[in-house]
Amino acid sequence: MNSLYYQKRLSRNIGDKFFTSLSVICALIAILPLIFLVTYILYKGGSQITPELFTLEPNPPGDDLDAGGINPALIGTLIITTIASIIAIPVGVGGGIYLAEYSKGGAFSRFIRFGVNVLAGVPSIIAGVFIYALIVSTKILFGSMYSGLAGGMALSILMLPTVIKTTDEGLKLVPNELRYASLGVGASMYTTILKVTLPSAFRSIATGVVLGIARAAGETAPLIFTALFSYYYITGFGDLFYEMGSLAVLIYNFALEPYDAQNKLAWAASFILVLSILSVNIFSRILAAFTEKTKRV
Amino acid sequence: MEEKLTLFKNRKRFGIEKNIDIIFKNTALVLSSFVAIILLGIILVVFFQSFESFSRYGLKFLVTSEWNPVKDEYGAFTAIYGTLVTSFLSLLITIPLGVGTAIFITEDFVPKVFREILGSFVELLAAIPSVVLGLWAIFVMEPFFRAFFVFLHNFFGWIPLFSTEPTGRNSLLAILILVVMLLPIVTAIARDSLNQVPKKLRNAAYGIGASRWKTIFSVILPAALSGIMAGVLLALGRAMGETMAVTMIIGNSNAFSWSLLSPGYTISSMLANQFGEADGSQVSSLFYAAFVLMILSLVVNIFAQWLVKKFSLKY
Repeated sequence: MNSLYYQKRLSRNIGDKFFTSLSVICALIAILPLIFLVTYILYKGGSQITPELFTLEPNPPGDDLDAGGINPALIGTLIITTIASIIAIPVGVGGGIYLAEYSKGGAFSRFIRFGVNVLAGVPSIIAGVFIYALIVSTKILFGSMYSGLAGGMALSILMLPTVIKTTDEGLKLVPNELRYASLGVGASMYTTILKVTLPSAFRSIATGVVLGIARAAGETAPLIFTALFSYYYITGFGDLFYEMGSLAVLIYNFALEPYDAQNKLAWAASFILVLSILSVNIFSRILAAFTEKTKRV
Repeated sequence: MEEKLTLFKNRKRFGIEKNIDIIFKNTALVLSSFVAIILLGIILVVFFQSFESFSRYGLKFLVTSEWNPVKDEYGAFTAIYGTLVTSFLSLLITIPLGVGTAIFITEDFVPKVFREILGSFVELLAAIPSVVLGLWAIFVMEPFFRAFFVFLHNFFGWIPLFSTEPTGRNSLLAILILVVMLLPIVTAIARDSLNQVPKKLRNAAYGIGASRWKTIFSVILPAALSGIMAGVLLALGRAMGETMAVTMIIGNSNAFSWSLLSPGYTISSMLANQFGEADGSQVSSLFYAAFVLMILSLVVNIFAQWLVKKFSLKY
């Protein structure tokens, strides 16, 4: 009769208890520092936020009293990520369309899919090195060396694999019946893609692309020797061809300064960067969950 | 697919529409081949830029650690060693923690809502920029661990790994910040692979009387192994190429030392530090180092993809 009851001292039960607590400990060790990290960044950075932060130029380090603001870096990040998006989204969506709609699983498309995965694994600093060799050192962009444009190009290399992958996968989820129906009533292939398949995959593609943009906005390594850094306001279109600041590079530069004022500026910039990246992530997750619920009706 | 295309071929259309269709298809084709062009471009450009240094130092570059722009002597051993040591050791810490956390999230120890929140929280953390982690490492982690490092040196100083007096930034801190970076990646991928193991397997194991952890170790983990391995390799690639957080905390010194408590170098931190103000043969040597880094991460990446293809679950 005894064997019908749970026996605490049985070696398998003791072992189970042991491993269960081990996994709980693992989870605690893994997650507690992460929670601490996020709250610390939000707390420490959030306490540095002032209205002037958004309007002033940063003062050159050494002036310990007042570090100024991060306006040029904030605008710079927006501009550089926009440039990257303008390059990466059309190329990536077009490439994804080819892979999902036209390719028949041949050697070429297999090679491209493989290449997408490999490109996604290329270290981000290599993208910076590549653009440096190709554009910065050759001064190919109208004689300018370090420029916001070059920085945007480096970031677009990092965004490209994400955009292609999400487009490819998003289009593959569109049921074939839709395509048959469209082709069946006489629409051509490009009309079918532009008017039927692409719109019905729009949300999942948009989610992936937005996540890719958010990821690129925080990248630093490709920018440190392509866009470099600038302390001055961005005033016009011509500034694209000169050094351009960004939040990420500002954090890097100012974290390594020995002055407290600059360090504080770095914390404030981190707060803005992390908050915007996290909110974009959370928002697109909610959107994706919402889409999943309404899709299958 | 076939069906669709035969339908398409037998139709009559106006010339313009036909042309637009063909143009559209070819544009998409060209755009998709951009990936290949960029990838090959990166490999070729980095290789040719490093050619000068490659022909001068050859493979000696990989095993000497002299880095002297004044005397024009270059060897990247310290940086290569640093890259390998930091990435492998950080992975060694991350794997048990990440897989343990993933098991915790996929098993039913706590209610589902709580696990889901935990899971998406971990995924969110993967989105934090590494430069912010570097900032955090400088101002929070380094002071926090200072006393611990002194203790480590005092009691385990006879081990070469801890043989130097800890002074501020060092390789061990870089390893720790890499752990923080890799944990979300490994946990998320391990969780996904564990979730993909069919319920049938678990039920069968329970049915023949296996305990929970017997089931996990003998059935679930082996079934999810290929996915977890691929995730680990991806994390390894990420660790090797990681630049900002490591550069900010590793101390950036080219003096070689076995000790983890002394400042070190990785290839990517060397690039981040020197590329901006390098000229002449130093640039070429930096490209050579970048080439080494690229080959390392390419090998890891391709191996990961091969592993997934070869051993992916077939149920």
